[in-house]
Amino acid sequence: MEASKVIHAIYNDDDVLMSAVKKVKAEKHHIEEIYTPFPVHGLDKAMGLAPTRIAITAFMYGLVGLTVAITMMNFIMIKDWPQNIGGKPSFSYIENMPAFVPIMFELTVFFAAHLMVITFYLRSRMWPFKKAENPDPRTTDDHFLMEIAVHGNESELENLLKQTGAVEINLVDKEAH
Amino acid sequence: MYTFSNKLRTFSFILMILGLLGVGYGFMTSHKSFEDVEHLLEAEAHHGGGHAEEATHHQAPAHNTHDNAEHNTHNAADAHADEHTKHVEHVMHQIANRPWAALYVAAFFFMMIALGTLAFYAIQIASQAGWSPVLFRIMEAITAYVLPGAIIVLLIAIASGTIGHYNLFIWMDPEVVAHDKLIQGKTGFLNLTGFTIRGIVFIAGWAAYRHFARKFSIAQDTADDNSNYKKSFRIAAGFLVFFIYTESMMSWDWIMSVDPHWFSTLFGWYVFASMFVSGITTIALITLYLKTKGYLEFVNENHLHDVAKFMFAISIFWTYLWFSQFMLIWYSNIPEEVTYFIARFNDYKLPFLGMVVLNFVFPILMLMSADYKRVPWFVVMTGLVILLGHYIDVFNMIMPATVGDRWSVGIPEISSILLFAGLFIFVVFTALTKAPLLVKRYPFRKESEEFHY
Repeated sequence: MEASKVIHAIYNDDDVLMSAVKKVKAEKHHIEEIYTPFPVHGLDKAMGLAPTRIAITAFMYGLVGLTVAITMMNFIMIKDWPQNIGGKPSFSYIENMPAFVPIMFELTVFFAAHLMVITFYLRSRMWPFKKAENPDPRTTDDHFLMEIAVHGNESELENLLKQTGAVEINLVDKEAH
Repeated sequence: MYTFSNKLRTFSFILMILGLLGVGYGFMTSHKSFEDVEHLLEAEAHHGGGHAEEATHHQAPAHNTHDNAEHNTHNAADAHADEHTKHVEHVMHQIANRPWAALYVAAFFFMMIALGTLAFYAIQIASQAGWSPVLFRIMEAITAYVLPGAIIVLLIAIASGTIGHYNLFIWMDPEVVAHDKLIQGKTGFLNLTGFTIRGIVFIAGWAAYRHFARKFSIAQDTADDNSNYKKSFRIAAGFLVFFIYTESMMSWDWIMSVDPHWFSTLFGWYVFASMFVSGITTIALITLYLKTKGYLEFVNENHLHDVAKFMFAISIFWTYLWFSQFMLIWYSNIPEEVTYFIARFNDYKLPFLGMVVLNFVFPILMLMSADYKRVPWFVVMTGLVILLGHYIDVFNMIMPATVGDRWSVGIPEISSILLFAGLFIFVVFTALTKAPLLVKRYPFRKESEEFHY
């Protein structure tokens, strides 16, 4: 395992964190990661993170669900065994479609919702028994931590971070993931 | 302050004049004599493929074949002649109904935009929404049309049963009621006096709320405290209770009673969804128009995004109600209920199914993306489609009961739309000039100006 050095700058206020992020970005330093106890509105924009595409995946999963519903009911109710059930017209899919709409709707929602959540878990590497990646337990309670990679410019970085209002600055070895 | 541009004013007058001429033409040409209709039916029978032929008319094909084979016994000939007279009279009545129905549909459509906006406005105030106060003056201007619009609708309805020949509501015709046990059972509710009184109560309530809401809103601009805001909050809450009762009853009176044999329990909600989404769409369209003219610097794309979200969501809500009403009746297929949809399916297939595409499929695909909701021309395009779709929705509610399979979209329909569109534009934009376009001292004004999503 290759070990590299990173700086952990700890803040105790999200407004201070936001202005620090802007300053560090302005100085062209690369922020590796930020750990916060709760969502900080606008942090992703300040960090310049790309927007999520999870809504697009959800739309496509919904289409898959709709297709599954239509194919399934068309096969079962129309093709495989077109019984006369209470006089409902099972001659073609479209003639009996209103009766299938509730299922079409529910399966669309089911696929869109569940597959999107699973996509989210996979993409954010979350599963049971996963080892928590938490550099400092206080970041789950009331502290904010900014992690910046060091490339031989420790003192310069430390000065900059102190100016931004960091309450604690630690230089740590980090195991590469 | 907004100034009504001369161009737009002239445009609205041109619309009204063109509309009036067309409506007049529609009424002039709709009174056909018995012989005219007879000739028309014969011509249609020879040509084939006319409107009437596509529809399943029970008598028409039967008596046409009789016509061709002219060797009947006397008895059969008599019965046939009687049936023939009845059929011709039926068609004659439908043709005479068309300009009335066209006028009524257009009048109701524009009234419902204003009334939907009024409900939306009251909800924004009662829910203390923080995003919408910058749009309040636009909503107030649109709701200026509630009073004239609703009076016109009520007058057309009453006129059809007094100076007209019961062209919209057959329950107003004493002849029909005398032979109709079902309507007789409903005369306690469906009678012209009750209809008129209820209509006046509805309109008085809506107009009173609109009047006071506007008054408090203007007064709040120059007030030193929030007492006007508190009053407007209280009457908004009261109005919403009044509205949901009267809107529901209005939809029975003004729309559902064109089919006095048919009833549906969620009809009031269904009409409400239609008027709500049309109102919201009109708010978006007028906002965008004023913004391009440079009157609304304080409205940004975030406000547009929120309005477009409402357009999107309420379009789906409308579809939900439309489908719930349709599917429950289709599924159980009880003859006394299902005729409503059979008439629409046989004679109105394109408008009936087309409006679902316009009101559901189009908005859901166009307005799903958060980015598209912020693009003005996208919202305008979708908004126009939604408005067209809801016009067709009202068309589908009124026309099958009045003109049946003799419907068409021609001079009476289009000029009625022009007439009321011109009146609507004139009333709304005149109201816009009466007050500053941004509320002053409204408690949520700052929040609304800085609103971003």
